[in-house]
Amino acid sequence: MTDAQMAEPAPGHAAIEAGEPYRRAWIRRLLEQLGPFLFVLVLGGALTIASPHFLTITNISAVFVQMSVIAILAVGQVMVIITAGIDLSVSSVVALSGVLSTMVVVNDHWSIPLGMAVGVLVGGGVGVINGVLVTKVHLPPFIATLGTLSAVGGIALLITNGQPIAAPTSFDVLGDGQVGPIPVPIVLMAIVAAVGWFILSRTTLGRSAYAIGSSYETARLSGIRVDRVLIAVYVIQGLLAGLGGVIVASRVVTGDPAAGVNYNLDAIAAVVIGGASLFGGEGTVIGGLIGALLMELISNGGDLLNISNFWQNFILGVVIIAAVAYDQVRRRALQSR
Amino acid sequence: MTATAPSATAAPTVEMLGIQRHFPGVQALKGVDFTVAAGEIHALLGENGAGKSTLMKILAGAERKDDGRILLDGKEVRIASPTDALSHGIAIVYQETSLAPHLSVAENLFIGRLPTRGPGIVDWRRLHRDASEVLQRLKIQLPLRARVSELTIAQQQMTEIAKALSQQVKVLALDEPTSALTETEVAELFRVLRDLRSQGVAIVYISHTIEEILELCDRVTVLRDGEFAGEREVARTTADELVRLMVGRPLVEMFPKEPAPLGDELLRVEKLKVQGKRTEVSFSVRAGEVLGFAGLLGAGRTALMHAIIGAIPVESGTIYRRGRPVRIRNPQAAINHSIGYLSDDRRRSGLAGLLSVANNLTLASLPQFSRAGILKRGEERRSAEGIVRALRIVTPSLDQRVAMLSGGNQQKTVLGKWVTAGVEVLILDEPTRGIDVGAKVEIYRLINRLAKQGKAVILLSSYLPEVLGMSDRILVMRRGAIVAEFMRGEATQEDLMFAATGQERTSVQTPGGSSSR
Repeated sequence: MTDAQMAEPAPGHAAIEAGEPYRRAWIRRLLEQLGPFLFVLVLGGALTIASPHFLTITNISAVFVQMSVIAILAVGQVMVIITAGIDLSVSSVVALSGVLSTMVVVNDHWSIPLGMAVGVLVGGGVGVINGVLVTKVHLPPFIATLGTLSAVGGIALLITNGQPIAAPTSFDVLGDGQVGPIPVPIVLMAIVAAVGWFILSRTTLGRSAYAIGSSYETARLSGIRVDRVLIAVYVIQGLLAGLGGVIVASRVVTGDPAAGVNYNLDAIAAVVIGGASLFGGEGTVIGGLIGALLMELISNGGDLLNISNFWQNFILGVVIIAAVAYDQVRRRALQSR
Repeated sequence: MTATAPSATAAPTVEMLGIQRHFPGVQALKGVDFTVAAGEIHALLGENGAGKSTLMKILAGAERKDDGRILLDGKEVRIASPTDALSHGIAIVYQETSLAPHLSVAENLFIGRLPTRGPGIVDWRRLHRDASEVLQRLKIQLPLRARVSELTIAQQQMTEIAKALSQQVKVLALDEPTSALTETEVAELFRVLRDLRSQGVAIVYISHTIEEILELCDRVTVLRDGEFAGEREVARTTADELVRLMVGRPLVEMFPKEPAPLGDELLRVEKLKVQGKRTEVSFSVRAGEVLGFAGLLGAGRTALMHAIIGAIPVESGTIYRRGRPVRIRNPQAAINHSIGYLSDDRRRSGLAGLLSVANNLTLASLPQFSRAGILKRGEERRSAEGIVRALRIVTPSLDQRVAMLSGGNQQKTVLGKWVTAGVEVLILDEPTRGIDVGAKVEIYRLINRLAKQGKAVILLSSYLPEVLGMSDRILVMRRGAIVAEFMRGEATQEDLMFAATGQERTSVQTPGGSSSR
């Protein structure tokens, strides 16, 4: 499948040269978006054939629950990446959010919903700091969020002394609860994805984010309030990371200051596999979701087929490289014209 | 057309035959022939977008050709990269230099081949000795130990030239080398180039300034719209003939200026001082007026406009809109006061290349196309459709990424953005740079239309015929200050050039006279 993708000429290139009609260009764009999705279908099909346990309601539900946190983080990350930024602080926010939300419930006897709200809002707070560092202090996003990654991670360890905090069992509503037959994490993932999609494709905030990522100066000279947009984007990412942290804590009923270590790069990988460009201006929520799903399928399929974790890591790495290499080839074709 | 021209110089060293290059939407070169011989300075003349730079980039391996042949001393060669070109002794010096700004002149001259003693240890003494030898041989004076970033633009260019020639370059192309130089610097550059000619170097001199060519060059090849328009001996041609070859049509047709009735004063700038600059600037522009701004590169026109729209800070001074003082702290405030600025750097600050044509068109009017932050996509599309039709933007669809369009259509899209925004005062900074003649004329027509609608248009252009042809009134800037004002029809190209360079009239020879040696 990746081969088929690679072989496709740069989208749009032929469109102009041959005066390609409207509809074909549109289909080409759709294909470009659906590339990773077709990959998912192929992998899913292969797993269905290879393992009788794959296409069962329990397993599919498990896959979606497993991917939910990464998917939620990816929705925030895709917005940041569209602005040509990056948020590396996500994994520390996940840890701090989980720790704080359980702490206020355990130590200060706040209600569970309130504790969870604290977790989410703390994430938003870190987002404000990231946004201000990027827009007002003019730090490159990579550096700004690398700093908050370490600082926020440090705070999570400091306030807990490095020890996990056991939450009351009723803290598991977000992680293990169900809305009717559907597990809560899946519902949350769907809501976040829908809102994220709406913001990116239907609001001035989303349009501005794409414009900034495509060309910061153009956006600025076109009267877009670039600082506000960027701060908003980092805050949204922070809130979603906070939510992710609460879900993680809820699932294990523990506020673990060491949680979330892998989430950072996983979310970025999902976004990139989904066709976003780290140079900004490109990326979709759907792409991020598909990327997260693809990664989860690799891990789930690996488990079902008894492929060792080591191999799973290796395969995931190859998939990431292939996805980004494809993106690069596409871009170069676009720029050399 | 090749070696038959009666020339006192040696046999041709470089022949380019039937060179073709196609860019999306534009045939940049349509089978161009070009010859340059050792020991001559050969001018490549043409308007912006005529294909001069593309042709030389192909020779220097920086751009590929779609068709055609390159012969060196009659033998066909393949030049696929700058390294290939260099190995054949061909190099190009661009307007923007490609030096390492943090390294010294000497280091830049020998970058990639620094003399060493022992593995990887730079022999500084030898470096400086070799570098000063190179400069002596070329009769170029430069501070060897100065960092390149501390040099003037002219010195940087000299460094580039010296660097190329220290690498056994025999064919040297210079792309508009004088566009940012003062008169004395130009004289020094010409001295160096004449000296190199006498040493047997073949020099291609890309320019659109006829006076320079008449003064410096031996032969001239004229390109027009990517086509070979003619080759002349400089000694046997005139400025008039060259203009005709270059433009291919009378100037009236090229600049279809239609005067519009003047209305109220829409914008007045009083004693405006850009932060970090020493000069104060005052001017005003009325409804229906096209106010031209002429000046050399770096004369401070763009900075002034950036200050007016709040993109860079202002130290003092006042801006009046329709007689009322306004504060403009950022570009967004400028748009609220109905002032738009079309940037001179389309790629970097005019377009959002990854966004669609439709989304680019509405980019400066998002509040108008949204309610409570939610886009009204139907209205957006209808408006974009109207603009695409009105400005005749050639695109396969509204959803096409704007980066995929030709330069002219990209520029029309950026203009369309400001038409959509409906601004009353529109600042156009080099609006026709790098686009083909057809698109230029369409942009001129649009300027006419805007003026007739009662907008005020401020036109910044380094291309003098354009300023002269389209403006009702022209201001000339030099070193951050307005130094001259002309009404339509009052000034000639020379008048503007004298004002822009601050030179006395007598110091430049009259165009059309016999060429000098």
